[in-house]
Amino acid sequence: MNKRVVITGLGVVAPNGTGIPDFLEAIQNGTSGIRFNPQYEALNFNCQVSGVPDFEWDHLKTYVNEVTFHGLKGQGIGYAIKAALDAWNDAGNELDYESDTVLWDSGCVFGNSVSDTAVIKNIIARVDAKEARKLGSRVIEQVMNSGATAYISGRLGLGNKVITNSAACATGSQAVLMGYEYIKFGMAKRMLVGSTEHVDPYIFGAFDSMRVLSRKFNQFPEQASRPMSTSSGGFVPGSGAGAMVLEDLDFALARGASIYAEILGGANNSGGQRNGGSMTAPNNGSVIKCLEEAVMNAQVQAQDIDLISGHLTGTMADKMEVANWMAVYGKNNNKFPLTNSLKSMIGHCLSAAGSIECVAVALQLFHQFVHPNINLEDPNPEIAEMIGMDALPTECLKKEINIAAKANFGFGDINTCLIFSKFDYNG
Amino acid sequence: MDKLTILDELKKVLAPYTTNKEALGSINDQTDLIKDLKINSANIIDIIIDAETKYGIEIDPDSAEKMSNVGSCIDVIMEKMNQKE
Repeated sequence: MNKRVVITGLGVVAPNGTGIPDFLEAIQNGTSGIRFNPQYEALNFNCQVSGVPDFEWDHLKTYVNEVTFHGLKGQGIGYAIKAALDAWNDAGNELDYESDTVLWDSGCVFGNSVSDTAVIKNIIARVDAKEARKLGSRVIEQVMNSGATAYISGRLGLGNKVITNSAACATGSQAVLMGYEYIKFGMAKRMLVGSTEHVDPYIFGAFDSMRVLSRKFNQFPEQASRPMSTSSGGFVPGSGAGAMVLEDLDFALARGASIYAEILGGANNSGGQRNGGSMTAPNNGSVIKCLEEAVMNAQVQAQDIDLISGHLTGTMADKMEVANWMAVYGKNNNKFPLTNSLKSMIGHCLSAAGSIECVAVALQLFHQFVHPNINLEDPNPEIAEMIGMDALPTECLKKEINIAAKANFGFGDINTCLIFSKFDYNG
Repeated sequence: MDKLTILDELKKVLAPYTTNKEALGSINDQTDLIKDLKINSANIIDIIIDAETKYGIEIDPDSAEKMSNVGSCIDVIMEKMNQKE
């Protein structure tokens, strides 16, 4: 079994656009979704900016029935439901919520890092007040890590593998890779993949304490996320969800689905927290190995890559990341691939970063453009020297791109790299 | 509070947990929460918690187990309200 895997549906809830049309426009225009966050100010965070999607909670009533909606509180689950069901619908699939049919050939891999802490906080407060019996039936389904996947798969009747993955900032791209592999090896015809993250004061408060968040641009929120800049001083908290429908090419063609792009392959490894790798820093050798294995598995050459969608968060790690890309994709290459970071516009959505960035890659391949790196006014000179400023677009480029690489790196020393291509039936 | 008032109030408590509004409109003592109103069995506990808040009562687990149809719900609620008085 070695099936071709294509992307037939997209859904997104991002800080700079909710729904594919708004998101597409935003990434083409270089629109920042970063705003001042008064709650972070009130909580005395060093970082007081964040990327929160414009999300109307009541809109979920059109996605779940009113009984489910009543008692639904988990913000990340809400984002996931919208992104996933939008993707399913975008792929031209029927949204038949009442049918008794179980879709045995269709599954779901959807990730998150932490379940909603607002829901957890409610449980802690009730239990500590000796009111556990007042919690009711709806909180467990929203604090279990598999909450988002459970809501999504139940709504659609998915009967293949339904898996919740978690690999910190590599979660989203890992979910895509897992779904891809199940289809490639003939275990499923269709996989709804993605990830979600809620911009949560408890989680980001802990990141704030690590001094890894942006703190010098609180007065200029839209300028705060500055990957690869000399002045970048940390990442900006983001949140949202991204979702894609992956499908066996033959299955997609048979039902006349339209195709955004193809996934050619990918790799996922860990540096074992050895040789410079740690809980929070990557083993560069394993990053390089991951990037190499991705092109090998995709059966393309490193010089075939037209676009790199980096992890590139806006921390000191950017320089090392670019050096790792350079080590693999700079070989025998007169011209380094165009490189961009979606995080310049939406911040770092942790678990959701990978899936939202994959949605952006699919859109760039389908509509043939390269979105800009915004806020790249003072590029880090070492990065600029390594790959050249021509590789770092600061305006949207309308350009032929055939093959794109997308990577994410997560705490725990986890690396994922995916290789996408423009869809061409003849391969 | 008389039985009719309790029935009226109970409809409001049940409303968020059923999509079958027609059946809810015409409930009587025999209406079964799960079979007739298609209420998810896990939600019965939410209905009990909401009823406790609404009527200012406490429903012990043994009484809660009796609450399967509208009539038994009203009986339990009336009993607990009378105990309170």
